[in-house]
Amino acid sequence: MRGVAAELAFERIFQSAPRERAALDAWRAFAERGLPTTRDEDWRFTPLAALEALDFAEPDGGEIPADALAAARARVGDARRTAGALHAPFGAVLEAKLAPFSALNAALAERGAAIDVSADCERSVPFHLVRWLGGGAQLASPRARVTVRAGARATVIEHFVGAPDARSLSNSATDLVLERGAELHYVQLQELPETAFHVSSLASRQAGDSRLHMTSLALGARLSRVQIAATLEGEGAELELDGLYLGRGAQHPDHHTTIDHAAPHTTSRELFKGILDGRAHGVFHGRVHVRPGAQKIDAAQTNRALLLSDGAVIDSKPQLEIYADDVKCSHGASIGQLDPDALFYLRARGLDLAQARALLTTAFAREVLERLPVAALRESLERTLHDWLAPRSAR
Amino acid sequence: MADALLEIRDLHVRVGDKPILRGVDLVVCAGEVHAVMGPNGSGKSTLANVLAGREGYEVTRGTVRFRGADLLALAPEERARAGVFLAFQYPVEIPGVGNSYFMKASVNAVRAARGLTQLDAIDFLGLVKQKAKELEMDEKFLSRSVNEGFSGGEKKRNEILQMSLLEPALAVLDETDSGLDIDALRIVADGVNRLRSPERAILAITHYQRLLEYLVPDRTHVLIGGRIAKSGDRGLALELEKRGYAWIEAEAR
Repeated sequence: MRGVAAELAFERIFQSAPRERAALDAWRAFAERGLPTTRDEDWRFTPLAALEALDFAEPDGGEIPADALAAARARVGDARRTAGALHAPFGAVLEAKLAPFSALNAALAERGAAIDVSADCERSVPFHLVRWLGGGAQLASPRARVTVRAGARATVIEHFVGAPDARSLSNSATDLVLERGAELHYVQLQELPETAFHVSSLASRQAGDSRLHMTSLALGARLSRVQIAATLEGEGAELELDGLYLGRGAQHPDHHTTIDHAAPHTTSRELFKGILDGRAHGVFHGRVHVRPGAQKIDAAQTNRALLLSDGAVIDSKPQLEIYADDVKCSHGASIGQLDPDALFYLRARGLDLAQARALLTTAFAREVLERLPVAALRESLERTLHDWLAPRSAR
Repeated sequence: MADALLEIRDLHVRVGDKPILRGVDLVVCAGEVHAVMGPNGSGKSTLANVLAGREGYEVTRGTVRFRGADLLALAPEERARAGVFLAFQYPVEIPGVGNSYFMKASVNAVRAARGLTQLDAIDFLGLVKQKAKELEMDEKFLSRSVNEGFSGGEKKRNEILQMSLLEPALAVLDETDSGLDIDALRIVADGVNRLRSPERAILAITHYQRLLEYLVPDRTHVLIGGRIAKSGDRGLALELEKRGYAWIEAEAR
């Protein structure tokens, strides 16, 4: 550690309570490196200066206010809201790879939510986990594990909301485990206040013939870093990884994804879309790793970013590491403005510039939104996007 | 002479450094159909785009008045709301924007400007289905994205559908006949003819005479080298079909 204010605060929080052995190990792993800096290749585009300066406190244990809870529930509609308890040690899958934030989570999280779905469970109703981040500058360490048993299907929405103007850090860790032939839709909906910090470590493991559709919706937070480590461990496993990130003002949405094709005959398709306005800085880092002997791999990756202002920036870095010869891998990135011909066409039909822009921007995001597994969520997000674009229209 | 709806005087337009229109004079009165013909590169599409307000066309001299007001001072959407409609030569594909949703937004934007009430989803759907039926257009095109995956002919039909919904005072058709087979041409021309009224006018820009068999013009103009080289009645269009443009080019020199 370098001894920055946030690190000292983390240490104080860690020492304030007796900890299990596993937590101690996790803390050592964090303390060895401390908070990453831009000299770390994986953090090159994401400086943490604003976070480092904060003197974080333990969560105050405050409950989510009733109106915020009602609003969060309205987004998703009918859902199951109870989960089992998860206790440390978590036996986490990929702690080391996602360090140091996942190590910090493992050091501080004491309990978490466990969702365990077997084939005889009710299939159609999604699970909705609401994660509340309190005000001031608190450090929250939410933890979850979703296990989908052989042949079972489930939809899980992990939903991050917070107190207005919070400068708190939500440092979450989520493990997704799919057994043979399992199917899971996992959606992370992050709509924290634009003053807050969000780091999410997501790790998935898939057995043969399982199907995982993961979507990260990074709409809020001053700085968000979603790090995804997906491992396809069994033949016939399929992964669809979608993302939509919005940035305005000085927001900084960062996605760092690693897809590990550890078995032959596995498929991944990755589609990320970003809409950046103001001085927002988006980051997309997409790594695809095909291990030796993992033949017949099909991997496709796309990141498209729409820059709505001159001050908005995107750093996009695809990284393919292929150690097998019979594979099909592709990647594409595009960065652009709205199509001037389409804008003119809409205006020539009477829509004003703001309306035309909003329509085209919503259309850009729709490719990700229309693939969401829950209809209520699709519809409410279209409205959110519309509202997000509205201040632009008023200018 | 009836009231002039569109008055173009001495219009000079440049694209980049290149002068394209070099002094166009044209007056279109309410109730009239005018055809503008001419060889490739004569400035026909430039004229259409300047009337609709597309960026990249610099007016260096001259005026365009629509119902007596300065048309060139208006933004593209203001022109549309005032009653000018351009049927695009190459309609744009817009993935992710539903055709019906777009047309409803368009109709309501124009209605708002005219002080009319907004159409709700049900009223609009009834209207658009009826208009689509008149154009023998399959309803499936209403639920698709705007022009996405449409054939050339379907795109043109979609333009005329929008025109029939917006009921413009001045419709500018930019080579609407190109890419249409003979049946589609008749259907599209019927759609345009239904719009004809004593209050409205049509400016049909075309390369060929065949559209004019269905859409009989009151006046025909020949645009050559950025100027109107000759004007006449319908007979001129027939003569051009037989003799080509060379004789007018020679006369103009």
